[in-house]
Amino acid sequence: MASDQIHKAIVFAGFGGQGIMFIGQLLAYAAMDHGYHVTWIPSYGPEMRGGTANCFVVVSSDPIGAPVAAYPDVALIFNRPSFDKFEPLVRDGGLLVVNSSLVEQQTAREALDVVRVPATKIASAVGSERLTNAVLLGAMLTVEPILPITAINAALQAHMPAHRRDALAANIDALERGSQHVRKQNPELLNSLSI
Amino acid sequence: MTKQLLKGNVAIAEAAVRAGLEAYFGYPITPQTELLEHLSARMPELGRVFLQAESEVAAINMLYGALSTGARAMTSSSSPGFSLMQEGLSYIAASDIPGVVVDVMRGGPGLGNILPSQGDYFQVTRSAGHGDYRPIVLAPASVQEAIDFTVLAFDLAEQYRHLVIIALDGLIGQMMEPAELPPMRDINTHRPDWALTGAEGRPKRMISSLYLQAEAQEAVNRRTQARLKIISENETRWIEYMTDDADYLLVGYGSAGRIAYSAVQSARRDGLKVGLLRPQTLWPFPSERLHELAGQVRGCLVVEMNAGQMLDDVRLAVNGRVAVDFFGRMGGIVPMPDEILGAIQQMQHERI
Amino acid sequence: MTADIKCDDMTITYQRPDAFTDAHTHYCPGCTHGVAHRLLAEALDELNLREKTILVAPVGCAVFIADYFELDGCIAAHGRAPAMATGIKRVQPDKVVVTYQGDGDLASIGAAEVMHAAVRGENITIVFINNAIYGMTGGQMAPTSIIGQKTTSSPQGRSVVQSGHPIQMSELLAGLAGSAYVVRRSLHDAANIRKAKKAILTALKVQQAGLGFSLVELLSTCPTNWGLSPMDSLAWVKTHMLPIYPVGDFKVADGVKEVMRDGVRSNS
Repeated sequence: MASDQIHKAIVFAGFGGQGIMFIGQLLAYAAMDHGYHVTWIPSYGPEMRGGTANCFVVVSSDPIGAPVAAYPDVALIFNRPSFDKFEPLVRDGGLLVVNSSLVEQQTAREALDVVRVPATKIASAVGSERLTNAVLLGAMLTVEPILPITAINAALQAHMPAHRRDALAANIDALERGSQHVRKQNPELLNSLSI
Repeated sequence: MTKQLLKGNVAIAEAAVRAGLEAYFGYPITPQTELLEHLSARMPELGRVFLQAESEVAAINMLYGALSTGARAMTSSSSPGFSLMQEGLSYIAASDIPGVVVDVMRGGPGLGNILPSQGDYFQVTRSAGHGDYRPIVLAPASVQEAIDFTVLAFDLAEQYRHLVIIALDGLIGQMMEPAELPPMRDINTHRPDWALTGAEGRPKRMISSLYLQAEAQEAVNRRTQARLKIISENETRWIEYMTDDADYLLVGYGSAGRIAYSAVQSARRDGLKVGLLRPQTLWPFPSERLHELAGQVRGCLVVEMNAGQMLDDVRLAVNGRVAVDFFGRMGGIVPMPDEILGAIQQMQHERI
Repeated sequence: MTADIKCDDMTITYQRPDAFTDAHTHYCPGCTHGVAHRLLAEALDELNLREKTILVAPVGCAVFIADYFELDGCIAAHGRAPAMATGIKRVQPDKVVVTYQGDGDLASIGAAEVMHAAVRGENITIVFINNAIYGMTGGQMAPTSIIGQKTTSSPQGRSVVQSGHPIQMSELLAGLAGSAYVVRRSLHDAANIRKAKKAILTALKVQQAGLGFSLVELLSTCPTNWGLSPMDSLAWVKTHMLPIYPVGDFKVADGVKEVMRDGVRSNS
């Protein structure tokens, strides 16, 4: 089970309908199954319908106090408004994972690690734009390996609702494609990793 | 049992089911609606009563009726709806019957917003309705505590024949965390000796909150106060974290309490000796322990998601022994550990 | 003089119903609450329901009704009796649940609760006392007060401009799909009182048969607050209330006629 000392606050941000809540929950399930403490909280309310949506996941080896963070360690940015909102907030030394299919902006902040993934394009190639979320999570976990991607695959197997199980293989494929993209494009970010 | 990833609202609903909930009456309102939705599927599945009422006013009075039969029953709402329930809460409390009501607090006053808040502290702790009483108020700070307190709420309500309110903010209601549900308990079909079941072969029973004679009413008031005293002596609950050597004491409950816990960790990393007292019961309030701790620390900082309500209770408990400062966020804004840390540092500069 | 009474010839022609306690009621002389209570008590006795009935009292003059009945009872918050009755009935569907409410309680502050109980087809019985005034608080205008009626809160007489029209609850509730049996009767003379008793019996049978929401509206008097003698009050019901609140059967749903004809077949 979890033995590494970690504490990461991760924000997933995009449009309603991009699977933001689901992918955050998937990470939370995997973290729980892996023995970590974890919290998931959604932005909830009227803005959920068609507007911006985000959720916070905190994964920690210790009991979690604040389930939110003013300055998250990691942000997965699915669209332009989310880039504008969260890019300035990621803490120095943190990680920005950007869906470059929909976000052209580049960060001017040098203190951030940045991974740009054409996630929507990759997702389409895998089979559906709806897999953008899995591509980005695969990319993120490759640079910030708080959990192995196999743990996410296992969480999909264990917790995916019955009516969505036909998308299981595609999700696993999308996670792997996101990971592959990062390994190819951002080898400099992988040097400290043990995967 | 293994842990499941559960949303606070759903966890409370399912914990209530497993605690033997026989009937639920409610009305949709964000951010508590998942609680009602979960029960709308679960209760009929088990052959139990679920009813979506026409209003919170009706829901609380339906609850009053169901409780009068001795059944385990509950309702839930969020701040504006909870305001509408004040009438029924007062009647239930006055009738000496056990009742459980959940308030998932949101921003106010008025329609306010649907974001997390602790703005109902006064309302839940001072009486929750008109008259002269206090409910037991449980304030969970995690999904696991929300589950545990739901089961506890029914037990306390029945033990003392008293009203129990589970007061949580929208953050705990909406958050998912790994938590363990209790085992399924059978419905208790035994009916207590005051329940309205039809006067078959026994004298009639009355459930009433009406005492027109002043002396009779005062006798009832005295009985209630005597019961509150016993509850206060036996059921005050709180959690302490790193208070042993603390120079400064944070006091916070619910979400604010768990975020204050993060601030304590940050402060300790910075070499500041900060501790936390997190009340789990808002009434009865851990006044005695706070008074003790006030003799040990250089300052108290109360952290709430409101303009300073529990602050009054802390000041009463501390009773001038030490300075009591306040840090709060309102409007649905959740305070961040860094902000709390800043407030501690400011207090340290001012109180040296 | 001592009468030569033959005890063995005596038969009981009139006595306190078992459903009554021996408490003295607090009602004013000439008030028809007493008659309405008596009809309900007799009906409960005749259907042998005393031991399985739970009575929900209103707020208003009848707030003490549960003291007068030898039944389990409770007092609801003002207007909320149908909600409280709903809670009781849903948990104990095999019991008989009766609310007894005045016009302020049912037609004003509790209008929402009674409407939705009817809409849901809640299987409860309501005895609705309409005397066109608030009695307990001292004679204020009720939602059922008639146009021109002088009360302590309409001293110039109820005006449409100021206060709108009297509300006809039976007609209203009969229009809702969930109601099974909704009738209006009057307590102003013996013939009407007999019909009122029959209606209460039917309403209870409707509940026993599980047919849904039943309500009997009873036109009643308030001599004290009307400022009339008991006899003049009865006449006032006839001359002033009946034209606005005609007696009649406003809703007799499928199945109710069989209950009226055959009595109760199944006891839920």
